[in-house]
Amino acid sequence: MHKTKISVDNIVDNQTFIPNYPIKMSIRDVDFFYGSQQALYNIHLDIIENQVTALIGPSGCGKSTFLRTLNRMNDTIPGTSLTGTIQLEGVDIYNDFSDTSMLRTKIGMVFQKSNPFPKSIFENVAYGLKVNGIKDKAIIAEAVEETLQKAYLWDEVKDKLDKSAFLLSGGQQQRLCIARALAIQPEVILMDEPASALDPISTSKIEDLIAELKKNYTIIIVTHNMQQAARVSDTTAFFYEGVIIETGDTKKIFTKPIKQKTEDYITGRFG
Amino acid sequence: MKNLTFKKKSKFIEFIGEKFIAVNAFVALAAVLLIFIFIFKEALPIFYDEYIQEEVTIEKMIVKQAFAEGREAKFSWQPNSDNPRYSLLPLFIGTLKASIIAMLFAIPLGVGGAIYSSQFASKRMREIIKPAIEMLSGIPSVVLGFFALIVLATFLQNTFGFTYRLNSINAGIALGLTVIPLIFTISEDALTSVPGSLADAALALGANKWQVTSTVILPAALPGIAAGIVLGFGRAIGETMIVLMASGNAAIVSSAFTDSIRTFSATIASELAEVVFGSAHYSVLFFLGSLLFLFTFIINMTGDIVLIRLKEKLQGGK
Ligand SMILES: Nc1ncnc2c1ncn2[C@@H]1O[C@H](COP(=O)(O)OP(=O)(O)OP(=O)(O)O)[C@@H](O)[C@H]1O
Ligand SMILES: [Mg+2]
Repeated sequence: MHKTKISVDNIVDNQTFIPNYPIKMSIRDVDFFYGSQQALYNIHLDIIENQVTALIGPSGCGKSTFLRTLNRMNDTIPGTSLTGTIQLEGVDIYNDFSDTSMLRTKIGMVFQKSNPFPKSIFENVAYGLKVNGIKDKAIIAEAVEETLQKAYLWDEVKDKLDKSAFLLSGGQQQRLCIARALAIQPEVILMDEPASALDPISTSKIEDLIAELKKNYTIIIVTHNMQQAARVSDTTAFFYEGVIIETGDTKKIFTKPIKQKTEDYITGRFG
Repeated sequence: MKNLTFKKKSKFIEFIGEKFIAVNAFVALAAVLLIFIFIFKEALPIFYDEYIQEEVTIEKMIVKQAFAEGREAKFSWQPNSDNPRYSLLPLFIGTLKASIIAMLFAIPLGVGGAIYSSQFASKRMREIIKPAIEMLSGIPSVVLGFFALIVLATFLQNTFGFTYRLNSINAGIALGLTVIPLIFTISEDALTSVPGSLADAALALGANKWQVTSTVILPAALPGIAAGIVLGFGRAIGETMIVLMASGNAAIVSSAFTDSIRTFSATIASELAEVVFGSAHYSVLFFLGSLLFLFTFIINMTGDIVLIRLKEKLQGGK
């Protein structure tokens, strides 16, 4: 599959991407509706490969809605509709992927509230492999260990793989959910406020993990925590009332935002 | 800022309210207990009254008895014979056969309906299915019995060529109709109370709708579904009117489901009105009642405990 290279005329507004950064996902002219109520307006965004893209903005501005359009999770809500195009490496995810489950093996997701299955730790990680048709026990066992290593959870759980996932702490449960998403080797990982319910130590573990993961994955993260966005992300998109007000290099957004609204938000004047 | 003065809550009303609710709970409890004590008390003479024991003992209810010296000993329920015999086996078999058929009929329909309604039906479809099935439980059992006696029995006999028009299959299916709503409602509740976040997690891992249902939702709801089945079984055992009307009421020991049957409940209902007060037969009927009470009590307890466990489990505990 070819990778779209960014070209000069693709740069809109204040996007300051350096040309030739490989674009993993491109979102063009996306409008999204819950029934007749519009939640996203004319969204235009490029997601750069092996970077962390942070989505920030006040509550209810559409960050989660946008994130869920990227792996078509919104399809499960009756009455929703989307116009515009979203591409994964040039392939239209709404028109060229007949099978949403195939898409979701490429674009994984971690939710705000950790949601391990009421199964063992091992079964949680193995779940994605099994539902996607991998039956060989040896392959599964190997993949589970490898994945837990990647999520830096192996040492903490290796002795209790057959115990219920509910026995883990909140932070461990969330890292287990990240591991579960990694097990099926996605290319993109969507994270919706993955650390918002966690204590500072667990949060920093997750942030370290994100920094490590971006070497191999493209990550899009929603966060309400400005410091977190500044720490973990390379690119930031600021959402406001269903519109992207500003996108660009995270450092720029946090030091010299172009739009007044952005500045007001990141300095805490509203939101 | 204006000073807020909060109204003092009345200790008295709180006290009265609490006690009132407590009294209600205890009255209900006491009623159940008293009913059991009364029923059991009437059965008690079987254990000590010599006059009654000449006619019936626990042993005689369990072991084969002969009509007269030299005749073949059999399991038979013949309370009005010159030599009355009260074997429990034919009634036990009848009760079991009717309940088994009822469950075989009701489990697939009740559980299947609950899975469809909670997982696959559109919102509008669900709004039709749910009340429609639950309405079944509002039909008086005498009406269902009447239907089974007149319509269903004829239909089944014409279709399958049964020798006996009224048999355990006919009664069991009618009985199943009363059990379906119970199994459906409890299973549906168990299925819908599985947190949506689990389904989301599975979908996001590439599972399709069917996999989500079979690998995440069903296992999580299984204890609840099991409880629904157990409670449905309890209902089937105790249900009286339908089996009285549609089963043929023949107390025979047979493994054929196409034979007529007689259940515990129908026996009590049909014989208690004509029995001599204080006789052996009278005590035996109350003994049957005690057994029935005990069975259903244990079954319902089991079902309830399973349901409570399920709730704890889904809320995160181990
Ligand atoms: N399932 C839904 N049905 C209808 N409207 C919805 C639904 N989910 C979200 N919305 C609406 O869409 C808008 C965007 O919501 P969204 O959850 O995407 O915001 P958000 O930026 O993620 O907010 P938060 O920071 O609080 O998570 C809100 O107005 C919300 O009320
Ligand atoms: Mg959100």
